[in-house]
Amino acid sequence: MNFKTATLAGLAAMLMTGSAMAVDVKLGVLNDRSGIYADLSGEGSVVAARMAIEDFDAASKGINVEVISADHQNKPDVASTIARQWYDEEGVDAIVDVPTSSAALAVSEITREKGKIFLNSGAASTDLTGAQCAPGTAHWTYDTYALANGTGRAMVESGYKNWYFLTADYAFGHSLEANTSKVVEETGGSVVGSVRHPFPGTDFSSFLLQAQASGADVIGLANAGGDTVNSIKQAAEFGITQAGQALAGLLIFITDVHALGLETAQGLVLTEAFYWDLNDDTREWSARFSEEMGGSKPTMVHAGVYSAVTHYLKGVEAADSKETEAVMDWMKSNPSQDQVFGEGSLREDGRHLHDMYLFQVKSPAESAGDWDYYKLLSTIPAEVAFMPLEDGGCALVE
Amino acid sequence: MSVTTETTYSSASQAMPIGTPRHHIIIFAVLLGLLLIAPFLLYPVFIMKILCFALFASALNLLLGFGGLLSFGHAAFFGSASYVTAHAAKVWGLTPEVSILLGTGSAAILGLLIGALAIRRQGIYFAMVTLAFAQMVFFFALQAPFTGGEDGIQAVPRGNLFGVLSLADDRTLYFVVLAIVFGGLLAIYRIIHSPFGQVLKAIRDNEPRSISLGYKVNRYKLAVFVMSAALAGLAGSTKSLVFQLASLTDVYWTMSGEVVLMTLLGGMGTIFGPFVGAAVIVTMQNYFASFGAWVTILQGTIFVISVLLFREGIVGVLSKWIKKPL
Repeated sequence: MNFKTATLAGLAAMLMTGSAMAVDVKLGVLNDRSGIYADLSGEGSVVAARMAIEDFDAASKGINVEVISADHQNKPDVASTIARQWYDEEGVDAIVDVPTSSAALAVSEITREKGKIFLNSGAASTDLTGAQCAPGTAHWTYDTYALANGTGRAMVESGYKNWYFLTADYAFGHSLEANTSKVVEETGGSVVGSVRHPFPGTDFSSFLLQAQASGADVIGLANAGGDTVNSIKQAAEFGITQAGQALAGLLIFITDVHALGLETAQGLVLTEAFYWDLNDDTREWSARFSEEMGGSKPTMVHAGVYSAVTHYLKGVEAADSKETEAVMDWMKSNPSQDQVFGEGSLREDGRHLHDMYLFQVKSPAESAGDWDYYKLLSTIPAEVAFMPLEDGGCALVE
Repeated sequence: MSVTTETTYSSASQAMPIGTPRHHIIIFAVLLGLLLIAPFLLYPVFIMKILCFALFASALNLLLGFGGLLSFGHAAFFGSASYVTAHAAKVWGLTPEVSILLGTGSAAILGLLIGALAIRRQGIYFAMVTLAFAQMVFFFALQAPFTGGEDGIQAVPRGNLFGVLSLADDRTLYFVVLAIVFGGLLAIYRIIHSPFGQVLKAIRDNEPRSISLGYKVNRYKLAVFVMSAALAGLAGSTKSLVFQLASLTDVYWTMSGEVVLMTLLGGMGTIFGPFVGAAVIVTMQNYFASFGAWVTILQGTIFVISVLLFREGIVGVLSKWIKKPL
């Protein structure tokens, strides 16, 4: 209803001022609405995109924004068909979100081919702004480097020097381990060992016992999704964190912590781009978000969608058109500013830079209630949070 | 089960002496006609997806419906062929037809290796052996450096057919895909109605009797397994050029399950059933995508209904109504 009233009010305002400008923009939110990433992206991303449009007051500025959404079921071929159809037939101007790296890379390629804009919030692969970067692709919220780097650096600096890795045995796990090891060693820590578990894994007990026996300060979980959740559960059964070793999740979201419960997840250290309880702005925004989402708090992916759509709409307003090159140029040459991420900027390779935060999961005693999960350990400034431009290998960078 | 067997059996006894039944020719002609005008009415990439899955399901149907062998690992052939084709087109820079041939060929070789071991067992054990091998292929695809892990192989160039005809345009590619898939379907039709196909059906219906008649049953089974694997590979190769990507989804076990679902829904052991099944499932995945979580729920409900109410599948029921094999 709100959106409708806002649109109508906007339309009325536009008629009264007789603004000459009118741009019709169509955004397609493409993500997982039925599978494992449905909670961290899903409908919440659509809500976040709508909130961005309302808050920007797009209608009164002569920009008519329509939002459509679809479920890519985490399958790159479904994502690719929908993306093509949206660009070719539905007249979609920008695709938003897209978790799952393989689906995101596929959409990025199609976006390049069709000369449109892709605002990614949900995927983790650094390739989106690295080897496979594209002129219309912006990678907004996080990537594996930012998470590994953030957690690795900040933990060593707070005295957790000796690391042991529990790594999912495939390319993704290996690169997560390699990225983290590098930063751990650079900041003066050391890696005392690592063990690889099959992907997808179910029984982590023997690996966790090895990690426990290693005597390392930190056990780094270089895995994702169900593997991370299961290894945290089993680590809790062995009482690993209670015994003094820290558990560092390298790719974990607040929805995972919510699903695990504080009893199991307490003590876990992780990096995120956003937490609802950071400051007054994020609290106010998150309260509005949870009102529309039946009480659940936003994830960093939702926040990223909000931030990206806001910056995109500013670009459309400034360029007075939705033409890809003009909008992307404006977006890359002007700093972003919004309620959720505060200040940020979009680098020439499409990487969005903003502060990242290192959190620790509270114990049940520390938590004041629902969704009160994290305490802030440190803030990682935008300049060091992301992979340096020259290391990405993006062809757009001369 | 017994009803399906009977219909197909009678199809065999009718089809053989009088050659190709007229209504099959008519259906093929109508289908081709529809597919020729389809890209001008519907979205070409979407129909290409249906075509690829139709060929994949028909390949499985050749094995399941006519050979009586339930493979639960067909994603291995589909997926490995799509990886090989994607790699050949992207890294080696080969033309599409050579890439597709390489993909199909590698699926056939893989089919020979897996088939040679799997056909030694029957029923559920056969299904489990194929599933086990498919999982091995999945792990290979996950680990091997050239497959790109969970990112898959992206941005595969469609290239120029025979080095001259550019396939970048969706409609041009559509007609190439149509030719490949229709060729595949006709080949399957021919295989089913050849003497080889008749022996297959005999083995399916009564293996000990076929042995007693002097047929080397295992050779027939292996041959049909390799053919089915190669055709599944052809579908996978074509798919990787259509979507310009190859990913873990193609080799994951859910893909094997999905293609069994398509075959059963459309009508196992019928000629046009897998096509219909593939069209229904792909359409649901595509057009219901905006309903979110409902896609999988709908898919499950439809499957339950089809198992409870019409076990012969959509085309199987139609064929019973008109009392003609389809």
